[in-house]
Amino acid sequence: MSINWFKYSSPQTFFPLAGKLALGFGLLALLACGMGLYLGFFVAPTDAQQGEAYRIIFIHVPAAWMSMFLYVVMAFWGGIGLAFNTRLSGMMASAIAPTGALFTFIALWTGSFWGKPTWGTWWVWDARLTSELILLFLYFGFMALQASIDDPRRADRAGAVLALVGVVNVPIIYFSVKWWNTLHQGASVSLTKAPSMAATMLTGMLIMSFGFWFYSIAAVLLRARCIMLVRERSADWAGQYARGAA
Amino acid sequence: MIAALRCVIVRDLRLAARRSSDVMTVVLFFVIVVSLFPLGIGPEPKLLRTVAPGVLWVAALLASMLALGRVFAADHADGTLEQMMLGATPLGLVVAAKVFAHWLVSGLPLVLISPVLALQFDFPQELLGVLALSLALGTPVLSLIGAIGAALTLGLRGAGTLLSLLVLPLYVPVLIIGAGAAEAAASGLGGHAQLLLLGAMLIFAGAFAPWAAAVALRISVE
Amino acid sequence: MVETPSVVPPLEAVDVRCARGERTLFDQLSFTLKGGELLRIGGPNGSGKTSLLRIACGLLEPDRGEVRWGGENVRKLKEDFWVRLLYIGHANALKDDLTASENLSVACTLAGIVADERRISGALGQLGLAGRENLPARVLSQGQRRRVALARLALGADVPLWVLDEPFTALDAAAVDCVQGLIGGHVSRGGRVIYSTHYEASIAAAVSRRIDLAGS
Repeated sequence: MSINWFKYSSPQTFFPLAGKLALGFGLLALLACGMGLYLGFFVAPTDAQQGEAYRIIFIHVPAAWMSMFLYVVMAFWGGIGLAFNTRLSGMMASAIAPTGALFTFIALWTGSFWGKPTWGTWWVWDARLTSELILLFLYFGFMALQASIDDPRRADRAGAVLALVGVVNVPIIYFSVKWWNTLHQGASVSLTKAPSMAATMLTGMLIMSFGFWFYSIAAVLLRARCIMLVRERSADWAGQYARGAA
Repeated sequence: MIAALRCVIVRDLRLAARRSSDVMTVVLFFVIVVSLFPLGIGPEPKLLRTVAPGVLWVAALLASMLALGRVFAADHADGTLEQMMLGATPLGLVVAAKVFAHWLVSGLPLVLISPVLALQFDFPQELLGVLALSLALGTPVLSLIGAIGAALTLGLRGAGTLLSLLVLPLYVPVLIIGAGAAEAAASGLGGHAQLLLLGAMLIFAGAFAPWAAAVALRISVE
Repeated sequence: MVETPSVVPPLEAVDVRCARGERTLFDQLSFTLKGGELLRIGGPNGSGKTSLLRIACGLLEPDRGEVRWGGENVRKLKEDFWVRLLYIGHANALKDDLTASENLSVACTLAGIVADERRISGALGQLGLAGRENLPARVLSQGQRRRVALARLALGADVPLWVLDEPFTALDAAAVDCVQGLIGGHVSRGGRVIYSTHYEASIAAAVSRRIDLAGS
């Protein structure tokens, strides 16, 4: 049986599918996050050096991973939209940005919480935290650019170019910040020194990562549905849906 | 094709010469911002010597960004940009020529005046060359990356501030490596690695940024 | 390579649709333009004349359909198509700080038209601007600026396709005659011209067609 990949490339057919997928992934996310948090906060052993405070990494690290992963996915959808001129790809990219920014913010915030009991300051110019900060600016730039452009097609394509330029820059930014960090620090203040991983810690972080990933899929699909309804409001199916839901 | 590119560069230089106030504002901004720092952090010589490369680089970055609004905006407003987009020369090359002319007018003066300002910070004389060279390699990269941002924000409301938000995160690596060159030289390590990296960034940006900016221009003009 | 009119391919618009926001300006619009033909686009303000001309140039992408030159989409041909195109839009594309002759010289070089100083002065003279070549565009009147922009037509004989958006705006009667003569001359030599106007122009041409956009 050959799969017709293009069947779901129009908003009309993708809309109901997105709804069902969002529900499914949302439930999975709840499950995974629940398990991950339980593992992280109750099961994993206390760390010898950092005590209980290290447990924040069960949120911090998966959030940081998601923030970078989502940026790449956003750039990917933007690129597809530019190359194949598909409307849905642009909508997906726009839907991803706020969730990506959210995870970046969570990573920064939890990073700050980690730093306070461990190093005594609310902020450290650690390589990863600084890179996350710049990533947050990149997300904000993307959202601000799209918000300033009225024409949806121009907004999608301009955002795609920006995201692609950004994605090329993210590794460069990360390595240059890392260099800057090692160059300037005597005693290396680094949040990357996570405690040596007990098996339960690693499992906990992985499960949390999956939980965040499922949440992202659900949130992005729901947001994409809203974008579809707004953009395609003059289409018949959108009107029917709005009337049916009312 | 070379004739067309030469024509674009000469045209932009001629326009800048006839509106020289635009050029002067960028240089004056650079000088003023650099002078603000000692006023803000105190005139202690050792402190100033340490921060000199960073301060000069940040000021050059901000001045360069200030000038970016002018790369495409005027041509877009009077319709000349459309003619360039419908011309016989590939738009990427035209953009490269424009950015080069833009750098000659907004970036090169900063490079030339930076040693004088560094002396204000009592930066060691023998290291002025490294500082100026880092700016000479880095400011074109800033212009090239900035051109992409300028192309994306063409004609938008609040384009100036939006441009800064888009472009500053992308400037960070150039700033780190650029300021790092003079700082490394000052601490005795020699700035060769950073200068080579800047050179690599310049080549990379020179190859890809004009093309990305051309794509962005076509998107903005539709 | 110099192309004779019989070798230059036709410009075809195939099933073109353009929508601005929620409004569809025109749909299923098609035309073919061969050598020696003149196409006039008419319609009230806001009916999409400028959009149609920009789609024909390849500046704007239509929402559906495409414009082809020699069978290939013009947006894919890019410079190969644009070197055969002379576009004069609403805006004059003049820099205030450059003189009339400097402006014309730059415009020609960008379009790939070779023109030395003598020919530039000649073209400006043809449009009634003799003696004003060295004035900055800033001090010229609206009509004079339009004429500097249109002076390219006098040098564009080798460019097969002319696309002109409201060429007669701001021109006095003498200038209108001059421009009509240039367009008529180009068409009679085998070139092709698309233009939009409100003005009831009388241009002698072998084949003269008209598309009127309805507007909503």
